[in-house]
Amino acid sequence: MYKYNDFDHAFVTSRNAQFREQVNRRISGALSEDEFKPLRLMNGLYLQLHAYMLRVAIPYGTLNSAQMRQLAMIADRWDKGYGHFTTRQNIQFNWTKLQDVPDILDALAEVEMHAIQTSGNTIRNVTADHFAGAAADEIVDPRIYAELIRQWSTDHPEFQFLPRKFKVAVTGAKQDRAVIHAHDIGLQIIEQNCILGMRVIIGGGLGRTPMIGKVIREFVAMDDILPYLESVVSVWNLLGRRDNKYKARIKITIHENGIDEFSRLVDERFALIRPSFQGFDQTLLSEFSDAFIAPKFQRFDLSAFDARYQGDPNFRSWVDTNITAHKQADYAIATISLKSHGETPGDASSAQMRRIADLAETYSYDELRISHEQNIVMPHVQKAHLPDVYDALRAIGLATGNIGLISDIIACPGMDYCALATARSIPIAQNIATHFDALKLEHDIGPLKIKISGCINACGHHHVGHIGILGLDRAGIENYQIMLGGDGTETPAIGERTGPGFGADEVIPAIERLIHFYLNERLAPSETFLECYRRLGLGPFKTALYETEQSKARANAA
Amino acid sequence: MTVIINDEGLSTPEKEITYERADTLNKATCALDISADQDLNALSDYLETLTLIRIEFASFADGRGFSLARILRLMGFSGHLRAYGHVISDQYAMARRSGFDDVEVSKALATRQPEAEWLFRSNWSAHDYQTRLRKSA
Repeated sequence: MYKYNDFDHAFVTSRNAQFREQVNRRISGALSEDEFKPLRLMNGLYLQLHAYMLRVAIPYGTLNSAQMRQLAMIADRWDKGYGHFTTRQNIQFNWTKLQDVPDILDALAEVEMHAIQTSGNTIRNVTADHFAGAAADEIVDPRIYAELIRQWSTDHPEFQFLPRKFKVAVTGAKQDRAVIHAHDIGLQIIEQNCILGMRVIIGGGLGRTPMIGKVIREFVAMDDILPYLESVVSVWNLLGRRDNKYKARIKITIHENGIDEFSRLVDERFALIRPSFQGFDQTLLSEFSDAFIAPKFQRFDLSAFDARYQGDPNFRSWVDTNITAHKQADYAIATISLKSHGETPGDASSAQMRRIADLAETYSYDELRISHEQNIVMPHVQKAHLPDVYDALRAIGLATGNIGLISDIIACPGMDYCALATARSIPIAQNIATHFDALKLEHDIGPLKIKISGCINACGHHHVGHIGILGLDRAGIENYQIMLGGDGTETPAIGERTGPGFGADEVIPAIERLIHFYLNERLAPSETFLECYRRLGLGPFKTALYETEQSKARANAA
Repeated sequence: MTVIINDEGLSTPEKEITYERADTLNKATCALDISADQDLNALSDYLETLTLIRIEFASFADGRGFSLARILRLMGFSGHLRAYGHVISDQYAMARRSGFDDVEVSKALATRQPEAEWLFRSNWSAHDYQTRLRKSA
């Protein structure tokens, strides 16, 4: 893992001192609330429905046991004993007090963490494939480059007051687990003629105008990548609209100016900027490569694992669902579900965080990952240790075997926490999970991604859910629109709207009609919901969705 | 009345400067005022004769001026660059790192944000990831 050097430590210390001053100056009145707002936001502090929320960066989703324990300490000391892991690999504390925040930031700095640029009109915390360094389909560990981008974007003097937020995601694998087509910039590491570089995808995003990103450059060599990113953001900083915040994101700038014209401007800017990078970024890259070097893997006797797998159906089910193949034989990637049926997706208590930290230290080379799907990953577990890991997780209620299934739902905080929300998300997610768990259909249904947002800003990624649910307010009553066929992977698609929405109590029966239709229509259990949808199209699914007992009766009567 | 802020602190401008706008720009122009939507390519023929360019910040939340300053420096402008208008002390380091020499704000703003708050950020060359990443290998 990357360790802070003296420069990083000194930077975070001085930044925290600055924020402490800013809080004091807000309290004294030297800073107006208007002026304080972007300053607190660029330090991760939101004003939510009930309290200040602090969003802490977990760069590229990687953290160690000491960091996880410190998050647990913060949850206990300054919050209500839990934290919420988010779709951008951050953790949010929902109940902080303004005057405590400088102390919380100092506590984070003790374990090399911060909350810088997790909010505001800045380049946000860079995200990466949560299986980085462990996945079999990877060219190189993307965190090496994500760390470079983190350092470049941190406190960048030109880019602290951008037209709007700017999100970057990186993957080093063929399979896209980082949703790179739905980011302002998505980067895929590729190799061309034995040279490492990146395919640059630009202008993707969800929100109220969902768009799939476009390739602006098929290949940018690694020594050009920072100046190229800087050129993109520089062009957008000047060209992006500032008259309407809903038209400020780069996806709209590209839509309005055309990708060819935008690309021409970037190339022109690149010619100016490139000479100012004289090579130290590449020296740093080789340091980062050493920091992210893989553990020394060994071979192990698997007889105990095999026996447990054969003899314990609960364990077998958990392994079949929550374990992903590791690049090394005899190792496994274990995903800990934060989606226990009926619980709030992404929440973890301080006790759970501490126990997970212990498990990481004992069984996963002291490493954990937060996935954008709001689960926790142990990236390098010896298969022989899986029975122990499973038993330990079961003891703290975290052995739910539902990764990638109908109850592994992404849900935004919704109206339970968020000031922008128009409907609740969490109870809908909880109800879907408990309903299909009670029916014992979850494993039969197979891979299915449901994503729920409580407003059109789409923090719950509903546009890229196989089933997307969007909660709106219709004259004071919550109403849920359903979208079908979205996909956030390397075969990206924005879901199609089905039609009129459903009341909160009608959502579960509506989802059930879709699921029963799929189960009847699929060619074989191996045909997934998404494959079935792509084969049949929206029409038949829509008919099934709106075919209620009443509509059947009306059809018979006619 | 305005106040000039640089690394030494606050001062009042010694003399009245007459700024011209881009539409009357010529080879005899010394001091130029530009707004955040200025096309910089239109200035490229005058960068050697201009001695002072002042970039207006209509709102502190509009960060275009920082990129304009940086681009002017990359285009070869070596004269004086001044950030003018609604700039707050928390942005002083950003302005200096982007290529500005100093900041000019209203007396009212300087009263609300006194000298100590600006001097607190005058160590702008310390803790700067950008300079570090750009230096030679």
